[in-house]
Amino acid sequence: MLKDILLIMLSCVLVENFIFSRFLGCCPFLGVSEKPGTALGMGCAVVFVMTLASAACNLVYNFILVRFHLEYLYTIAFILVIAALVQFIEMFLKRFVPALYSALGIYLPLITTNCAVLGAVILNMNNYSDMPLGQSFIYSVAFGFFAAVGFTLAIVIFAGVRARTEFSAPPRSFKGTPIALVTAGLIAMAFSGFSGISIG
Amino acid sequence: MNWTDIIWAVVWFAVIGGALGLMLAFAGKVFAVKRDEKAVKIQELLPGANCGGCGYAGCAALAEAIAKGEAKPDACNAASRENTTEIGKIMGIDTSGAKKMRAQVMCSGTHDLALKKYVYDGDGDCIAAARLGGGDKLCPFGCIGLGTCAAVCKFDAIVVKNGVAAVDYEKCVGCGACVNACPKHIIRLVPFDCRHWVGCMSQDKGPLVRKYCDVGCIGCHLCEKNCESGAIKVNGFLAEIDYEKCTGCDKCVTVCPRHIIWSSKTQGDGLMISREALMSELSDDGID
Repeated sequence: MLKDILLIMLSCVLVENFIFSRFLGCCPFLGVSEKPGTALGMGCAVVFVMTLASAACNLVYNFILVRFHLEYLYTIAFILVIAALVQFIEMFLKRFVPALYSALGIYLPLITTNCAVLGAVILNMNNYSDMPLGQSFIYSVAFGFFAAVGFTLAIVIFAGVRARTEFSAPPRSFKGTPIALVTAGLIAMAFSGFSGISIG
Repeated sequence: MNWTDIIWAVVWFAVIGGALGLMLAFAGKVFAVKRDEKAVKIQELLPGANCGGCGYAGCAALAEAIAKGEAKPDACNAASRENTTEIGKIMGIDTSGAKKMRAQVMCSGTHDLALKKYVYDGDGDCIAAARLGGGDKLCPFGCIGLGTCAAVCKFDAIVVKNGVAAVDYEKCVGCGACVNACPKHIIRLVPFDCRHWVGCMSQDKGPLVRKYCDVGCIGCHLCEKNCESGAIKVNGFLAEIDYEKCTGCDKCVTVCPRHIIWSSKTQGDGLMISREALMSELSDDGID
């Protein structure tokens, strides 16, 4: 069990990084990576939401969809649950933890419709839904958490590199997003080196 | 697939959706955060550009601070006079003493008037250029003219003309963002209705200024001697105008041998004055 969770951690953070190998969550990856500080804020919000969404969607899938034979409608159900969850968390934080609310700021509602969050819960369902309920729940939450940590790692590294490209002088046609895309590709190539590690 | 499957799917999703919706509606009531009514009203009166000129994170943050009494009602330079007065009314504070300000670039050394020490071919950013020997102009107080101020201006009020930044007074709200951004510190906030200003910041001695700029202040004291209201003082080698005392008589403009005292009369209020217009006005008066 513990060994499995360690493997989930290694595989999510490095080998099968959400951005660099699964290509999920590319929108915030490019959109909110101009400063390392805001990138870290976005990363924290994703960790927060993805962990909770993994837990909530696991429960909804096992106790509602499976029970009433509606598994084929999982996409809609998950979108619904994630959107409601994020809204709920936002209200809750605004009322009880205003410091965290203002720290996460705009990023919390931004990830309501993030494909990385939906991707994580769908991968959870594909990989862990055959297991016993308790195990499936724990693995799903671990997967969601570490996938988001991988996302945070990627976006913070990228923001750091991007801050440097701001001060370099690429050809005019490459300025801004084009050079950012090239940089992202190079980092993805570097991360593909991890796929040589055999896990499990 | 048959009809009952479809109906059950619809029913169950209506139930899930309804339950989540009710939960959110309930949470919205329970977790509602009361916002200060004054802050809401004040925020409506602020410009909403989130320029940061007041030192707060944005207009919402300033509105909160004003409502709590931490900031003055006229802390926003960008708000119009009427709006500032309104905010003062909401807070019960008289703001009539506040003055509208505008930004002014204190340099007149355009490409043809100020000498360069090297040709800058780097990134189009004054801060980067200023790191390279203080910019390409020989004058250590000269406008670099790469438009860092124009880039930070949220109101599109600054354009770079012929190597020197110029402020469009109609658009400028006096937020001070450019003042903080300029690496040469040559942008100043002046009263909006100020009549004359010295378009130079050079503290260097006269002979040196003469060498590198055709329009630099040499500290000759002519303006100081000719000023009727005693508004001009030459501090070191740079003339400084007291905008409170200045009557706008144009005496200093006509006597300045370097043509760097500018007059807002040349083109009236609210207009960007181009150097060419100023020069032609001066030559009409019989000055070379």
